[in-house]
Amino acid sequence: MNRLKPHAEGTLHKKLVYIRNNWQLYVFFMLPALALTIVFKYLPMGGLAIAFQDYNNRKGIWGSDFIGFAHFMRFLSSPDFITLMANTLKLSIYGLLWGFFPPVILAIIMSRIRSAGIKRNIQLLIYAPNFISVIVMSGMIITFLSPVGPVNQLLGTSSNLMTDPNAFRPIYIASGIWQGAGWASIIYTATLSGVSSELVDACNIDGASLFQQILNIDIPTLKPIMVIQFILSAGQIMSIGFEKALALQTDLNRAASEIIPTYVYKMGLQIGDYSYSTAVGLFNSVINVILLITVNTIVSRLNEGEGL
Amino acid sequence: MESRQFYTRKDKFVLWLGYTLLGTFVLAILVPLIYVILASFIDPVVLTNQGISFNPDHWTLEGYRRVFQDDMIVRGFINSFVYSTVFAAFSTLVCLLAAYPMSIPQFVGRKVFNTLFVITMFFGGGLMPTYLLISNMGLIDSPLALILPGAVNVWNIILARTYYKSIPNELHEAAMIDGATDVQYFFQILIPLCKPIIMVLVLYQFVGMWNSYFDAMIYLEDPSLQPLQLVIRSILVQNTPRPGMVSDAQNAAMMAKIAEQLKYSTIVVSSLPLLIMYPFFQKYFEKGVMMGSVKG
Repeated sequence: MNRLKPHAEGTLHKKLVYIRNNWQLYVFFMLPALALTIVFKYLPMGGLAIAFQDYNNRKGIWGSDFIGFAHFMRFLSSPDFITLMANTLKLSIYGLLWGFFPPVILAIIMSRIRSAGIKRNIQLLIYAPNFISVIVMSGMIITFLSPVGPVNQLLGTSSNLMTDPNAFRPIYIASGIWQGAGWASIIYTATLSGVSSELVDACNIDGASLFQQILNIDIPTLKPIMVIQFILSAGQIMSIGFEKALALQTDLNRAASEIIPTYVYKMGLQIGDYSYSTAVGLFNSVINVILLITVNTIVSRLNEGEGL
Repeated sequence: MESRQFYTRKDKFVLWLGYTLLGTFVLAILVPLIYVILASFIDPVVLTNQGISFNPDHWTLEGYRRVFQDDMIVRGFINSFVYSTVFAAFSTLVCLLAAYPMSIPQFVGRKVFNTLFVITMFFGGGLMPTYLLISNMGLIDSPLALILPGAVNVWNIILARTYYKSIPNELHEAAMIDGATDVQYFFQILIPLCKPIIMVLVLYQFVGMWNSYFDAMIYLEDPSLQPLQLVIRSILVQNTPRPGMVSDAQNAAMMAKIAEQLKYSTIVVSSLPLLIMYPFFQKYFEKGVMMGSVKG
């Protein structure tokens, strides 16, 4: 049981002795998570092989014909490709750009509130929408914007924004900020509360205005966290908010709401073209990984070696 | 940062600009939520014709009666509660267990396991391969299809591992000298010291399962197994109230009005459990975010 006992010649032997002496760590602690990961995460990765096959449910993954990159070529040359790519990128990049700064601004403003009680209540309120489910969120949007809903009543109109492709992205992004900005500000609020009061005092003595203080203390304090948050969001660009897009999708707003993940769902589970759907999904994840690595490299260059 | 005593006029302007922005955001969050709650009590005809009314005659509990008399909603509630509880308990246990060896520096194979887990955060088989696997395992129409695939949450393993590392290693050494096994040390000493992190993980997983619908939509075909989110999806998103809910309407126009009003009561009822638990557990949710940021 003593894992500090160094009594062997080769490193391999030493490792084996360690494993034998500490078998509980492997069998009892590691095995459940490991088995679940291999079965539910790595087996499906093996299943990606059907992207290169003419998959047939009856023949299965071992019996279906290998057809190489045909499905990828079909996707890349299909008229849908440009639209899907544009919809996916616009939705996530606009979402990232519009949604990135509100949490930072919220945190900076909240750090100036002196009354702890007021601050507490504001936090309680603005964090709450984060716990609303995708379905309820989408239901609220659809109900508020329905032709007989409150928004139309207020404006005295009866338009149906859910069927308007031009309205889809603003609705999607604005509701995303409504739901997530407060929650996303937590991390910035926590960072700002760690600012040393000496720094602030020094700033005051030097006669810095409030605006200068924000610019020279708050922003530099928040910058490293902002960089990390940005990289994390950029890594999600191709896989963003699929469930909400699906819930808000109607036949009439499809021109803007059909993004690659919803297309993968439609082609795979609704139309039943398993191989093609898998190929499109694989294409999407590969782009996603490339994006993550690229953004991480660029940001760490710009940020003196500080990436993820 | 609140030691500033004096504000110049320019400072005050900046400050009030900020407060106005914040106030607008707070109102933007508050108004829709209050509207939903008020609308859930209003007579359907009044609501669609003139909106919110403060005339007591226009207030009614009909919306709630319709929601609660529907078996599917009640069943969805029970299903969701069972799935979320089992999932939260199972997932947290698996993650707490896996995080333990990962927190031991000399654990042989730590790097390999770590890489194996982290890869799954960024890359996966995707929709169809996962669906085919679940289907081939015979898990269609089994709640296990909701519980098993998402049980290993790598992020939660990292959180737990970070937490274990904050606990003095002397405890571990002392237990080992006393002849305890790793299993004994884990359950009798380590876990009792980890209540805060366990609370965070259980709550996160519970809320995650309660709010999800996609896996249930593709894996559960039997209506009696559906979780609440799937039941309310047809009411809220697909605009098709359950037949029994609007059966007393005299005509199609009336039915449409009732269906519209019903959505508000449905939203309130389905969000109730989280709304009730949220203020009590808010500090744990916040703590989770913080712990995640300490070591990413």
